[in-house]
Amino acid sequence: MGHTSSTGRVAVGLVSAAWRYLRAVSGDDAYERYLAHHAVQHAGEPIMTRKAFFTDRQRQKWTGVTRCC
Amino acid sequence: MNKVWGVVVAVVGGFALGGIALYRQEPINSLWIVVAAVCMYVLGYRFYAAWIAAKVFLVDPTRATPAERLNNGRDFVPTHKWVAFGHHFAAIAGPGPLVGPTLAAQFGYLPGTLWIIVGSVLGGCVQDMTMLMLSTRRDGRSLGQMARDELGPLGGFAALIGTLMIMIILIAVLGLVVVNAMKHSPWGTSTVFATIPVAILVGFYMRSWRPGRVLEASVLGVTLIFLSVFAGGWIDHQPWLRTVFDYPGISLAGFVIVYGWLAAILPVWLLLAPRDYLSTFLKLGTIFLLAIAILLMHPQIKMPAITQFVDGTGPVFSGKVFPFVFITIACGAISGFHALVSSGTTPKLIANERDVRLIGYGSMALESLVAIMAMIAATLLDPGVYFAINVGAGVVGAAPEIAVRTITSWGFPVTTEQMANLAHDMGESTLFARTGGAPSLAVGMANIFGSTFGRGLLSVWYHFAIMFEAVFILTTVDAGTRVGRFMLQDLLGHVWKPLGRTSWYPSVVIASTLIVAGWGYFLYIGVIDPNGGINILWPLFGISNQMLAAIALSVATGIIIKSSKARYALVTALPLAWLALVTTVAAWQKVVSSNPKLGFFSGASDMAAKLAAGTLPPDRAAVASQLIFNQRLDGWLTVLFTAILWFVIIDMSRVCLRRLRGLPVIRSSEAPYQPTTLEGIEVAAGLRGAVQGSH
Repeated sequence: MGHTSSTGRVAVGLVSAAWRYLRAVSGDDAYERYLAHHAVQHAGEPIMTRKAFFTDRQRQKWTGVTRCC
Repeated sequence: MNKVWGVVVAVVGGFALGGIALYRQEPINSLWIVVAAVCMYVLGYRFYAAWIAAKVFLVDPTRATPAERLNNGRDFVPTHKWVAFGHHFAAIAGPGPLVGPTLAAQFGYLPGTLWIIVGSVLGGCVQDMTMLMLSTRRDGRSLGQMARDELGPLGGFAALIGTLMIMIILIAVLGLVVVNAMKHSPWGTSTVFATIPVAILVGFYMRSWRPGRVLEASVLGVTLIFLSVFAGGWIDHQPWLRTVFDYPGISLAGFVIVYGWLAAILPVWLLLAPRDYLSTFLKLGTIFLLAIAILLMHPQIKMPAITQFVDGTGPVFSGKVFPFVFITIACGAISGFHALVSSGTTPKLIANERDVRLIGYGSMALESLVAIMAMIAATLLDPGVYFAINVGAGVVGAAPEIAVRTITSWGFPVTTEQMANLAHDMGESTLFARTGGAPSLAVGMANIFGSTFGRGLLSVWYHFAIMFEAVFILTTVDAGTRVGRFMLQDLLGHVWKPLGRTSWYPSVVIASTLIVAGWGYFLYIGVIDPNGGINILWPLFGISNQMLAAIALSVATGIIIKSSKARYALVTALPLAWLALVTTVAAWQKVVSSNPKLGFFSGASDMAAKLAAGTLPPDRAAVASQLIFNQRLDGWLTVLFTAILWFVIIDMSRVCLRRLRGLPVIRSSEAPYQPTTLEGIEVAAGLRGAVQGSH
């Protein structure tokens, strides 16, 4: 795609931003964020597996008032 | 430039509001209402919220938030403001703002609409934003903890008890809405039932097969749910199958109770969490679609601006427009429940104090817009049809001929043919006396969707709307029972330590059973009540919800005065005063009114007298003693709610007076200042990149 027009680039940029937003807001990318956080803050310490991370996250999320009327 | 926009918005909004207020002769177009509401939200956000942020909270973008200071990569995570906005809105948006306006439409479209707009801009949005800000400054502490820290242990205890009570009433009333929507509707019932195995499948998918692939699992689940709407239509046309899903209210109430109990004791990943993902996607998708459809179709409002029922003789629920329109709208304008989400959960995501305005004030403004759309969906129906659907058989009679005659005599013509055709179009056997708000909202939504996207599928749209409401009501039933369980365990832990352990299974089962028994009782009574039950339960819910809001505003006012901002205290004290007035007057009327339709105690005595005299028809006499007991119980609950409210207000005033007189008070629990080192969050960079590409 050597010669994409500027509007094309904008469209691709917007779609990819929307996709990133959807992943972030739904929690789809939560494990990747955790890995990134872990690499910076806790390098060398034991790391949770994907499954363990989501189990833990779900437990956290549903302890307390998280939904309304 | 900003100022110019502000003036433009103010002028347009002013014209639209003026248009609504002065338009009387002909039907008004719903677009006026949407424009007026949106302009008011924009003005409130742009000026009032910004002023509060700057003057009252002294928002400081250089101050590190708990998400930054306590970042653990799990619940404390600095999150981009639009992502946090999404989370927060999904958490606060429930079925309340859909039901309340539908019921309040009996007064005409004007009283409810004005309160949804004014109440949210000056009250609800302010409450949400204030709680969010105060909790963010206090390491994400909950409302109950803040009440305890800032006012003392008694205030905290009152807030906890109040929250537990409102939860029980809330779940019961929402359960009743969903039961009434499924009653003798094989299509609706089979579709709603199908969402349970779909949720379980999604649960396994996210936990075992593809851990954490939230989007994949949600796409799968939402697709299956759409298919189940069509499958329900097929089932409805199979004579043998449709009887399998044709239940009276009482059996459906039994199902909901068993379901709620199971959902509370089963692990969350199996039912609760996946259902929540599905309902969130459906909710946001449907709200978005509804907004587009209303803009495209911009229907005429057929309900008059004000009906004769403002005098208190309303058939949907009793009571004059003041105070009951405020009690009934509840969540669409101010919801005490939001104070629980705004403290505790969302503050742990706030990356910068600057974002509090968007997330707190903005989310509530959007929620209020949802209430406006529900009001439009209810008032675009012929008023006669609206009343035929929403008034219980106990008020207008069970026979269709009698019901239409009564409703027509009120000045809202409707015929049995019209109702039969409508029921046929919607794929239901009847739409008479389908109280609770969900069926009439679904008819309204089906009309809007049908006119915009094709009328051929009217019955599918109707059942889609029913399913959409049921799914998110059942999510509230699950989540609410679970939250109630935690609170009860917390309380029981003071009696006997092991009961307070949230992971000890016997304690889980005992506490869950008690909570389910609590709301199950009110649900059962609501179902056997020939007047539809909603006319008793909804006001009780409204009073308890507004009471919780008043508790939150009390805590906020106390904190504002303690932090030497007494001159700005009216920001929260004014909505507090209004709520205290409204809930107290409503509670007073519900308790002491001698009108048996309005007062709980006089209603009970009236029924007891008729029972003793033998003038009740046999079907009513059979349930009368339970209804009498329940009305008295509701009366005492109302007294208790009011007592809790005034207790908190007096406790807050005591602390404030001490502060104003220079006496020592409990120290502020605000976390000390630390400078931020954050430089912006990922998603922001991505979005910025995309926008910069255009230059």
